[in-house]
Amino acid sequence: MDRNRLQHQVACMRRSLFDQGYLDEPFIQLEELQDDANPNFVQEIVTLFYTDSARLIQNIEHALNSRPIDFDKLDDYMHQFKGSSSSIGAKKVTNECTVFREYCSAENAEGCIRSFQQVKQEYAILRRKLEVYLQMVRQAAVSRTA
Amino acid sequence: MGMAADSEFHVLAVDDSIIDRKLIERLLKTSSYQVTTVDSGSKALEFLGLHEDDRIHQNTPSVSPNNHQWRLQEVEVNLVITDYCMPGMTGYDLLKKIKESSSLKNIPVVIMSSENVPSRISRCLEEGAEEFFLKPVRLSDLSKLRPHMLKTKSKDHCKEQVDEKTAFPSPKQEGKEEQQQSNNNKRKAMEEGVSPERTRPRPNGITSVV
Repeated sequence: MDRNRLQHQVACMRRSLFDQGYLDEPFIQLEELQDDANPNFVQEIVTLFYTDSARLIQNIEHALNSRPIDFDKLDDYMHQFKGSSSSIGAKKVTNECTVFREYCSAENAEGCIRSFQQVKQEYAILRRKLEVYLQMVRQAAVSRTA
Repeated sequence: MGMAADSEFHVLAVDDSIIDRKLIERLLKTSSYQVTTVDSGSKALEFLGLHEDDRIHQNTPSVSPNNHQWRLQEVEVNLVITDYCMPGMTGYDLLKKIKESSSLKNIPVVIMSSENVPSRISRCLEEGAEEFFLKPVRLSDLSKLRPHMLKTKSKDHCKEQVDEKTAFPSPKQEGKEEQQQSNNNKRKAMEEGVSPERTRPRPNGITSVV
């Protein structure tokens, strides 16, 4: 496919990610920090986010399955998860983390379990979309103008 | 391209989050600062040459030099920027230790936090933090750093001017030099009560100590 069309598709997908609230301003900063000297910065940060999130999700699962539930530990993990999703501008994921932390501070186990499902769901959706988007960005970068 | 002067500034960034460390490193480098990142307050203090018992180690450092060279060099840090919420030593604890240290207290410290808690902010500012940034930190926030670093740098510059002008140092002149030396933010072995010969190895321009 020719470069102009690809770039147009990239722009459209990017706009919809922001319009639909998946991504927020901090992601724009990531893009701005990418340059010729650091051409893969966005991908590097996003990849770090996936690894870090996987670790935290596993820790939270484990903590939720423990009896009694250690709410302090849970809150600590979720604080980290919220922090990193906020840092990359993952808006919906960050919002779900906030909901979780409210249940956590109320020591509401049921609420935590439910909202954690939401967190995981939003994370999975965002990850899928980002993977598609960044792949498109790469394709557009290496394509040629027809 | 940043001004040549800025690359003389060395910032120590402290954050337990690997993502935020990478981010702040990129932000600082974009602003043309030299950067070292560490993942904890205790590692920050080690890097700055301060230990629990407030002595400079003469032996091999406890931070393992995995993939960087250590060499005998005095490391000058012009600013410390640290996350507030960290396990073990918080950013506030680190701030306190720096301000309580005779050798480090002149290093400007900036706190970052993802939480907007007014009491937290005022506590940090009262303890001597120069700025309090809300995360996510923006590039525009970093423009506030330079004035704080310039303040300490200019004291060093004054010292250099004194050296240049002094062809025949008089006792009075030497006294003045010593006074200005004690004002700069390099660690002073003398003040720590250790022999002036610093034998502690220092890391060589590495960007990350994790």
